[in-house]
Order: sequence, then C-alpha cells, then structure tokens
Amino acid sequence: MSTIGSDTVEQFVAADTGGRSTTIWWRAGAVTALLALLAALPLVASDYWLNAVLIPFLIMSLTALGLNLLMGYAGQASLGTGGFMLVGTYATYNLLLRLPELPLPVSLLLGGIISGLVGVIAGLPSLRIKGFYLVASTLATQFLLEWLFNQYGWFSNYSTSSSISAPRLAILGRDLSSPAGRYLLTLATVAVVTAIAVRLVRSQTGRTWMAIRDMDTAAAVIGIPVASGKLKAFFVSSLVIGIAGALWGFAYLGTVDARSFNLDRSFQVMFAIIIGGMGSIVGNYLGAAFMILLPILLDHVGTRLLGGAIDAGQLENFQRAFFGALIIWFLIKEPRGLAALLSQAAARLAPLIERRSRHLRGGRA
Amino acid sequence: MSFFIETLVGGLLAGVMYSLVAIGFVLVFKASGVFNFAQGSMVLCAALTFVTLRDKEIPFWLAAVITLAIMVAIAILIERVVLRPLVNRPQITLFMATLGLSFVIEGLAQIAMGASVHELDLGIIDTPVKFGDVQVSQFDLVAAGTAAVLVAALSIFFSRTRTGIALRAIADDPQAALSIGIRLQSLWQIVWGVAGFVSLVAGLLWGARQGVQFALTLVVLKALPVLIIGGFTSIAGAIVGGLIVGASDSLAEIYLGNLLGGSVSTWFSYVLAVAFLLVRPAGLFGEAPIERI
Amino acid sequence: MDMFEWKRKSRMRTIGRALGLATMATVASGAAHAEDAKTQYFPLATFRVGAYASSGIPVWAGEIDYFRYINEVEGGINGIKLVWDECETNWEVEKGVECYERVKAGKNGSPVPIFLPHGDPISKALTEKSVADKIPLVTIAYGRTEAIDGRVFPYSFPVVFSFWSEASSAVNFIAEKVGGKDKLKGLKIATVYHDSPYGKETQVPLAHLAKTYGFEDIQIPVPHPGNEQSAQWAKIRQLKPDWVFLRGWGVMTPVAIKTAAKVGFPVDHIIGGIWSGSEEDVRPAGAVAKGYLAITPFPAGADFEIHKKLKAHILDKGLSDLKDPKSFGSVYYNSGVDEAIIAVEAIRTAQAHFGVRPINGEEAQWGLEHLDLSEKRLAEIGATGLQQPLKLSIKDHEGGGAGKVLQWDGEKWNVVSNGWVKSDRDLLLPLIYERAAAYAKEKGITPRDATN
Repeated sequence: MSTIGSDTVEQFVAADTGGRSTTIWWRAGAVTALLALLAALPLVASDYWLNAVLIPFLIMSLTALGLNLLMGYAGQASLGTGGFMLVGTYATYNLLLRLPELPLPVSLLLGGIISGLVGVIAGLPSLRIKGFYLVASTLATQFLLEWLFNQYGWFSNYSTSSSISAPRLAILGRDLSSPAGRYLLTLATVAVVTAIAVRLVRSQTGRTWMAIRDMDTAAAVIGIPVASGKLKAFFVSSLVIGIAGALWGFAYLGTVDARSFNLDRSFQVMFAIIIGGMGSIVGNYLGAAFMILLPILLDHVGTRLLGGAIDAGQLENFQRAFFGALIIWFLIKEPRGLAALLSQAAARLAPLIERRSRHLRGGRA
Repeated sequence: MSFFIETLVGGLLAGVMYSLVAIGFVLVFKASGVFNFAQGSMVLCAALTFVTLRDKEIPFWLAAVITLAIMVAIAILIERVVLRPLVNRPQITLFMATLGLSFVIEGLAQIAMGASVHELDLGIIDTPVKFGDVQVSQFDLVAAGTAAVLVAALSIFFSRTRTGIALRAIADDPQAALSIGIRLQSLWQIVWGVAGFVSLVAGLLWGARQGVQFALTLVVLKALPVLIIGGFTSIAGAIVGGLIVGASDSLAEIYLGNLLGGSVSTWFSYVLAVAFLLVRPAGLFGEAPIERI
Repeated sequence: MDMFEWKRKSRMRTIGRALGLATMATVASGAAHAEDAKTQYFPLATFRVGAYASSGIPVWAGEIDYFRYINEVEGGINGIKLVWDECETNWEVEKGVECYERVKAGKNGSPVPIFLPHGDPISKALTEKSVADKIPLVTIAYGRTEAIDGRVFPYSFPVVFSFWSEASSAVNFIAEKVGGKDKLKGLKIATVYHDSPYGKETQVPLAHLAKTYGFEDIQIPVPHPGNEQSAQWAKIRQLKPDWVFLRGWGVMTPVAIKTAAKVGFPVDHIIGGIWSGSEEDVRPAGAVAKGYLAITPFPAGADFEIHKKLKAHILDKGLSDLKDPKSFGSVYYNSGVDEAIIAVEAIRTAQAHFGVRPINGEEAQWGLEHLDLSEKRLAEIGATGLQQPLKLSIKDHEGGGAGKVLQWDGEKWNVVSNGWVKSDRDLLLPLIYERAAAYAKEKGITPRDATN
C-alpha cells in the first residue's frame, strides 16, 4: 500500500460518477451558470480583483490540478512543481519569440507538452523509488531546472539579467494585455483543462492511476501497466503544470526569472492539494483559495483591525504564525481536505433540496 | 594537487556542518517517522534565543542551559500538540504539517526576539592553519570535532542506555515493543528533547559561521541530500552522507563549474542523491521497508 | 537595554501612537471630505517578515522618520501633508504585485505619486504595469539598468546609482588606490556575485571596462542563499586576484567575509557592492570584517545636518519608527532618508509646475524628470554629503552615478574614498541606450521624444 495517496476523497469521486441523470443536468446547468458568471466578472471587478486576486487564484487552481493528477490520482508525490512551471514558461516564451507565426493557444499547448516530456524524464526514478524517497528525488528536478534557466542565456534570449518578460499576448489579432483580457485567457484555459481532466480521471487511464496509487505491487501482479501508467501521470501532470507556469509568468506577473518558481512554490502547490483534497477535482479550487485568498484576507483584516495599534513587523510575523497554525489545525481536523467537508455538507443538504424540489413539482401538478 | 586537497578538505569540513543538521532529522525520523522540516526553524530559534540571552550579559553556560531548556520544551510541545494528533497519517501529511510548523516557529521567534541580525562569537579563532601547502580553517576543525563528540555521545546513548535500547526496539517492531511494556509516548518526548539539543549545537555552530539571522532556516536544504544519501534512519549515514555531499559539492563547483558555468552545487548533491537511490532505494544506511500485499 | 524594559517602552509607544491615530481619525472625520484631498497619499511596500527583514526594517524607519519630519516640522510639502500606509511584500514578487494593485488607485481621493517597489524582482514585474497605470517606480540603487533611458522606460527611475555605475565606480576606486586608471592594466579583479538576475547585471559593464582598461575580469558565482562558499574562495586563493568586488545579498555577505578570512585573503582588498555594504552585512562577520570596504550611494553617519533635525524633532520626541536606536545613521537608515528626500523633492518639483495640491503619478513623472537636486538645494535640506547632486531628464533617469567607499573599523563605517567616486557614465551610456533600444524593438515600444 502506498503511503502517499491513501487519504483521498473516495466517496467524493464516487458521488461524482454515480449521479442520476437529473443531477447531471442540474450540475451541468450549475457549471454553465458559474462559468457565465465568472466570464462576466471583468464588467464589475476592479483591476485589483483581477490582477491580484482572481488571476493568481485561477492559475494556482490549475497548478494544483496538475499536481493532483499525479499525486492524488496516481499516488506519486512530487516537489518538482516549480521546475515544471519554469519549463512551461520558458518554453512558451521561446516559442512565442522564435515562432511568432504560431497562435498563442498553440504555443501554450506546445510549451505544456515540452514540460510534459521533461516530466517523463523526471518521473523515471519513480519506477524504482517509492514514497518519501521519491519526493526527495523530485527535488533534484526542481533544483536542476532552476539552475538551468538561470545559467544559460539562450533561454532568456540573452537579456541582461536572464529574466524574461511577457511577449505581447494576442489571439486572432485581439490584444489580451489588459487585466480583463488576461483574466479571460486564464479562465478559458482553466475551464478547458478542467473539463479534460474530469474526463481523463473517469477514463481507463484514471482507473489505472488509482489502482497504482492504492496497490502498486498488486496492480502489477494483476497485469496493470504500472510503469507506463506512472510515466503517463508524470506527462499529463507536468503538461498541465507547464501551462499553468506560462500563465503565471505572462498573464499574471509579466516577468519571470529562474527563481520565480522555487521550492516554496512547489510547497505552496502541495499544500493546496493536501488542504483542498487529494483525488478531488473541486479540491484544487478550494485548496488554491486557501493558499492564495486566505493570506490576502488575513492581511486586509489584520491591517483594518490592528493597523497602527500594533507594530507593523509584529503584525506580519503574527500573520505568518497564524497561517501556519491554521494549516496544522486543518491537517489535524480534516485529513481528507476541504473537498470532503464540502461533500459532507452537500450530502446533508441534498435531501433538503430534494424534498423542496419534489414539493415544488407537486405544487405545479 | 594542493589545490585539489584544499578544496576536498574544505568540502569535507563543510559537509560535517550539514551532518550536524541532518542528525536532528534522523533522530526524529527514527522515533516518530516524521521528516521534520521545522528542524531549520528550530536551529534558528535556538541560535536566536542564545544570542538574545547573551546580549543581556548572561554568562555563556547559563545561556546555553536556558536555551537548551527552552528548546527541549518546544520540542516536547511540538510532539504533543502537532504530531500526536497526526499519528498514523500519511508521511507527506506529517511532512507538510512540520512545514506549517516552521511558519509558526519563525513567526513567534521573531515576534519575541526581533528580526535583526546578530553576531555570535564562540571565541573560536578563525585563522587558517597550514599543513604543508594545504590551508585548513581552524573553526571548521573545531566544528568537526564537536560533531564527532556529538555522534559518539549519541551512539553511546542509543547502544548503552535503557532508553536507547527501548528506542531501537520501537524502531524495529513497535507492536512487540509495546507489548513488553515500553512506554512509547515518553520515549518520543525524550527523542524530541534530544533533537532540541542537537538543534542548539547546530544553531550555535552555524550561527557563529554566518551570523544569527533568518537565513539559518535554509540550512535544511543542504541537509536533505545528506539524508537521502545516508538514509533517513541512520546517524552514521548522516555523517557519511554529509561528508559525501560536502566534498562532492565543493569539487563539482570547481571542476564541473568550469565546464558548465558555476552554481553547480545547487543541484549536484541532489542528482547524486537520486543516483544513489537508484542503486539503493532506501539510502546507503537506511532500512528498506518490506512490502506486504 | 533590558529586554523587558524595551518591550514596555515599545508598548507604550504603540499605545501612544494608537491614541494619536484615534484623535487624528476623529479630527479627520470631523472635518469635511475636502480635508482628505489636501493630503498626499504615499504607499510603502515593506518587507518586515522573511529572510531579508533585517535589512528592510531600518530603511522604512529612515523613510518614515523623514516623512514625519516633513509633516511635523515643515507642515507638509508646501502645506500638503503626507499620509502613508504599509503593505507587506515578504520581498516576494507575487505579494509585491498584490500590494501595488491594492494601493495604485490612491486613497480617499488622494492619488499615488510614486511607488517604491523595494525589491529588484518586484520592480521588474511592475515595469510594464506601471506604464499602463502611469505611476513612476523609483528604484534607488536597484532595478533594470536600461531603464535609465526614459524614452523607452517612461515610468521606471533607477535613480542615483545603477548597478552599472556601481561596477564602474568600484573599478574607479581601485584606480584611485593604485594611482590612476592607467595602472589598472594587468590587475586581476574578481567579482564574487549572487547568482541571480541581480548578481549578473554587472557582467556586461565589467567585461566592457576590462577591455577598455586592460584588467582581467574574473566572474565567480555564489549560488543562493550563499551560506557555504568554501569552493568559491578556494578558487580565489588559486587565482590570486588583486581585488575582489563582492556583490552579495543577505547572508551571502557575512559568509563571504568570514570565508575570505579562512583562506587568508586580505579583507581590505574586498570591495562590497551596494547591497553588501551595510552594518547588517558586516556585524555578523565579527572581528574579521575589520578593514572591509564597501561602495555605496548612502554613506553612513549621523552627523549630517538633516540627522540633527531628525534627532531633535523626531527621535527625541519619541516619534521615530526606529526600534534599535543604534541604527540611527546606519547605511540602511540613511538609504531610507535618501529615498524619502528624492520622493519629496520630486513631488515639490511637480507642485511648482502643476500647482500646490496632491500630485498624481503622471505629474510626479514630470517632477522626477525635472528634478534638480543641486548642491544648494541639498544644503537647504541638510543632506550635503549624504546625497550626491542629482539632475534627471527624459534621457537620464539615473542622474548621479557616483558612490562613496566606506571602510568598516569594527564599530562603524568611515568614508575612505576621495569624496564621491564617479562612474564612467560617458563610456557606459551608449551601451545602455543600445540595450534599451533592443528592448523597445522586442516589445514594439516607440521611444518617446526626448526634446521636450
């Protein structure tokens, strides 16, 4: 039994797949409504909300999704996330720079594929090493990639300081450099990738991954292709993370250097999926919200309530300690993450909604 | 040739410094199966406490004893409040919890003692000593000596004392150990206390080397490959791993750096560690877990 | 000072400050909204947490103390008082961007004149955003060197001392020591640098200067964070350079000084760069740092005229933001004072042109590009010797380009160079303009006309 991915939200996945047709329609409607709402947000949201809150939140969700495919579904933990984000960013940058005739979505996808291929190489040790030693070995990927992009000027087109800045973002001649444009680009990418990921984890590939996660050795014994399954997971995961990295660099920050995606970023993403819920698609969004939105919220609340009354440095240190404590408390209280909390809440609410809708239908008849 | 030897010796001595941090990890891992990332914060916390006490003109030994008491208290508190409720959780969850813990320790330590940089003077003169053509740092020699004493003391502790033997019993077979009446929880506390002591020693030596400041927490990054190479469960492994990492980093930076362009040491020891793992998936001295289907 | 006493004092100070704020709030709410628009908002991006907090804390103290001085003693800038609030960046790009977005719209109707990113990576991430928002970024002694060319970088101001000037001034100081630029020929100068975009910034100018003057340019990278450097200094012992130019950041500097002592390299032949030349950099290195040199645009010292005023009106009245009184007059404290002086003078210049009222970013850009800190003006401020004369224009967003060399005597810094050591700006500016033009081409930017 793998020690890594055992705390997954099994019943949540089960609930996802085993719905009746009415619930599926209900769900599809809800998702469409949510997407429409999100797409309409730039009409009301300020630059601050788009640039500093929503864009990073969406990209973090996408990164978490990438890692979750590998760790939550296939049971292979990795701390190389930052490295794959770097590959995605630098690959997309060079594609846009050197092959300007390619449209942006193609460059993004190709950048992701390059990152996926690097992921396959980085995943090779997983065929022999397991558990926590594998986590440690992915650190080699992280540090090697950080070094590579800092060291060789070619990747950054020989800029003075080996940092790269966002090329002009445009689709079909339409400029996307405004906050709303970058937000919509991010939202569209996240929506498409999420839809594909949902299909993928319910396919044969997804079932293979879960078999590997739950019973590595047993899966091999009964003839499940463990090695190719693991490498496939590394490929898909790194592909998604690579796309997320490119978005982080170009749609969010605007400038990237080799240290933008360091080990701290890898930790941050891992926190997001553990807190959100391993093996849950919704969990990625919840976990990203926890990691990106909560600190901002804490900061605003802290400054509002105590700003001026307490020394600024003390306040900041206190926030850091408080956030750490919150993480620990959460890990202790809810081992299966926010997604499990949500599905429990949904399970409790479902009969109520059911009764209410039956009541409504009855009323109409 | 003397340049090669000098680089090698410098690297080996630096490696001993990594080992000092790695030993703290090994102790905790052996007892609780946790890869305690907060070890770096504990090193910072120890050094910061010691320096703050010294700044108030408290004599050296008294300051050391007070710091030790505080570190042991913190270690025991961590074990009780954080790790005990997380028992039987996946390793990665435990690991992430200690990462969260490092935020807490760093935040609280700096609230209590401030964020300024301090000098820590242990009174060790740091002029180079010459052996023929080869220069060796006096401070590094003292640090290596300290590490040797520490390892010897720990080995005696683990092989001769009742506590040590009980600990080994638990590491070997927890069920059997419990059934013969070994009290797991108090043993855990002892080990965490010893880990607190080790972080004090590491904090003092590293603090004297680079000043007591926030960057002390980053020493864990070099301790990681040491552990992968040496294995998570062996003190001897931590020492050997440290020497390997120190020497190879130093030599790689000079000789490979000339070919590839510098800063090779950020990843070289990690790649080396993966190479070791491919040959021995549980590290040089680690014990491979038995898989049951 | 006893720690408990110190705590009590600081608590009393914070309570006092809270009360002061409360009264200020009542007064403000009592007065009409128009009162708000008569203040100048000035957001501060700070990093009080994380690996670099120790170097940041004295900077904000210097800055806030000078702002308080302007408000308390001079009644604001021509009567327009400054209001500021802080936003924590942890020195991380993401949080820096968040802070920038949070404050850029201004506060209570008062616009943001200038944003100080306080961090090289943050300033790079904001380069384009600041153009879109028309908010000048003032990056004193850090940031993109090409931004000196204001035709291509209209809203980036690497004022006073760019990294290229830093490198050139360091070389010129060596020339001063060895008896002239012609004596540089044949010397070996090794640059030990933090292996990051910041650290690499000086490679191009040093290569160019080496070619011009005929010295040998050796580049030795130190990987982040730099807490182990035995290999690098073993290499230095092997190559035997005449001088070492140390461009560190954070823990890298004290470790470099200590390791240099270990291999027996003379510490008085190491010249630290701007970010390797503060008290926070040398104190942790202890006794071996005695004799260490550093080049800086912010000379240390508490005897400048402005410091006497700050002491009398701010520190002695308990209004200072400084936690450790030892830091008064330190390099970082003075860098904060410097930064505040430049910001205030730019606003003043803009007010002279646009009228006495809160200034917005676009107006502050004009103010910065017409900033003229002459010797006379500096004397009026009380910053003679602390700040070099500075004259900015569209084509020159740097203005000064000189540094003083300090030497650590074990207790404090002393100036050992012959006044301000000028850099070879005439030699380097063409290269800088060339790089800016290349950047403009890559980005499709049409350079501004520099004639008006």
